[in-house]
Amino acid sequence: MLKPGSRLKSAVCDAEVMVIKAGANDEVTCGGAVMATDVPEKGAGDEAQMHGCLIGKRYINQEETIELLCVKSGDGSLYCNGEELMTKDTKKLPSSD
Amino acid sequence: MNIALLLQMASEACPDRVAITFEGQHYDNQSLYEAAERAAAMFQSSGCRFISVLDTSSPAAPIALMGAAMAGLPYVPLNYRLTVEQLTGLIERIQPAFLITESTDCNYSVSQHMGRNDFLAAAMSDGPKIEAWHEDPSSVAVQLFTSGTTGTPKAALLRHEHLVSYILGSVEFMGADPDEATLVSVPPYHIAGISAVMSSIYACRRQVQLANFEPTLWVELCRTEAVTNAFVVPTMLTRIIDVLEQEASVADAFPALKSIAYGGGKMPIPVIERALALMPHVNFTNAYGLTETSSTITLLDPDDHREAISDPALRPRLGSVGKALPAIELEIRDEDGLAVSAGTPGEIYVRGPQVSGEYDGKSVLDSEGWFPTRDAGYLDEGGYLFLSGRADDVIVRGGENISPGEIEDLLLERDEIVDAAAVGVASEEWGESVALAVVVKSAVTDTEIKDYIREHLRSSRVPEKVLVVEELPYNETGKLLRRVVREWF
Repeated sequence: MLKPGSRLKSAVCDAEVMVIKAGANDEVTCGGAVMATDVPEKGAGDEAQMHGCLIGKRYINQEETIELLCVKSGDGSLYCNGEELMTKDTKKLPSSD
Repeated sequence: MNIALLLQMASEACPDRVAITFEGQHYDNQSLYEAAERAAAMFQSSGCRFISVLDTSSPAAPIALMGAAMAGLPYVPLNYRLTVEQLTGLIERIQPAFLITESTDCNYSVSQHMGRNDFLAAAMSDGPKIEAWHEDPSSVAVQLFTSGTTGTPKAALLRHEHLVSYILGSVEFMGADPDEATLVSVPPYHIAGISAVMSSIYACRRQVQLANFEPTLWVELCRTEAVTNAFVVPTMLTRIIDVLEQEASVADAFPALKSIAYGGGKMPIPVIERALALMPHVNFTNAYGLTETSSTITLLDPDDHREAISDPALRPRLGSVGKALPAIELEIRDEDGLAVSAGTPGEIYVRGPQVSGEYDGKSVLDSEGWFPTRDAGYLDEGGYLFLSGRADDVIVRGGENISPGEIEDLLLERDEIVDAAAVGVASEEWGESVALAVVVKSAVTDTEIKDYIREHLRSSRVPEKVLVVEELPYNETGKLLRRVVREWF
């Protein structure tokens, strides 16, 4: 079950994400393999899902029911329930501190 | 979710970028991260429940903040300007404490004590690092004692989820160019000092720490360290302007400086006008926030400043603290708790993931998550927020609510008057009436002041008593101590 604040690791690359928002039954994959808090061994990814993810970017689905923060870059791309996630633009605010 | 994640990401993405410059020494992201991991191991093995720093700004503050976060312990920075007696009282409330102070001597009874240099040496050594982080987003990251302008200091609690939400909602990761540097001169026990550390780390912007604010030193440091960004409280800006007005060329004084953010107290309009005229090449941002909201909740951005200075119709907006951040909901409510429309004054309520609104384990949020700020203000038609003081500062004269700010702002427009404070004093006839303390630079009579107020505002705003004083009492972050002013009458 996904909880805000959880950290998930990729089973195919170095990628790690932190869950910001998710439904309890959402399934997040990276490079085609399910991401989990603990990944004992890395395997090979699905070549069609290896476009990479980038540290500091936030990933959302169309409806914004899921949001992940990439905290470590990797080669796999992020999907939720079979739908590829896209990056969310942070509105650039002037630095206030 | 843990604020230490912000530093871990910075260390992962740009390990060699300088995170902190202090007294000519540089600490890169990776060194800072590893120092925090060692500090966390020390904190964990100490058995202490609170990590406290009683010191001016130094690299010890961010290392202790992040180390405490990894160890899952609250970080409690203390105000070094308080008396030994006051500090003893606060330290009793955070036992067992691991206390870091500037010197190796310690006047307080704590479980473990370290001088700043010893702590830094240990954190930068090759000692053991923490093995596994604490990962509960709802644990307390920072505990700040409020300034206690109205009584005993309250312990405001900020949890990891509040602070991380604030940073993710307002800062772009690695958003800073490699040559950017921010000058941090707010004290480390102030929420602005804490958020400055976290924002800069996440933006990968170098922080230049200035232990004690002094305007000449500030200008000098801007120049020698090629500072691009700075945050100041209003009283600091006034003093910086005084120094700059002695310089032959302001642009030469600090060619790299691009933006100044200000907040932490009310900025007098004449001061910001002088600043804009003196530094046309600098972007000014006004930030309003509270400890209980994890820092900034509204911003008046550089474009707002430029529009306001160039369009007389928009000029009053220089007195505004701007619009709510995207993740913040804000409304003004009347005494019955009902939201009011634009233009109507009332108390400011906010809601959002960065809002904690919690003291000593007790939440003051209402059932729908709204936080009553106790600040009074109103919104204009464009959604810009104007502050009119603390809700508790409102003067109630014969049933009529008078905001001290409207009287003070009016008086500051007069050349003779440098500073002004309006407070409510007991009145047999009205319950409360207005009393006024002013700082003047050239003579002005009580009658002139009263006539001026009567002419521009309603007669109920005319003070019964006027006192000319040398200066008004402010705390170190520029907050007017109205309690002290009231005692003068």
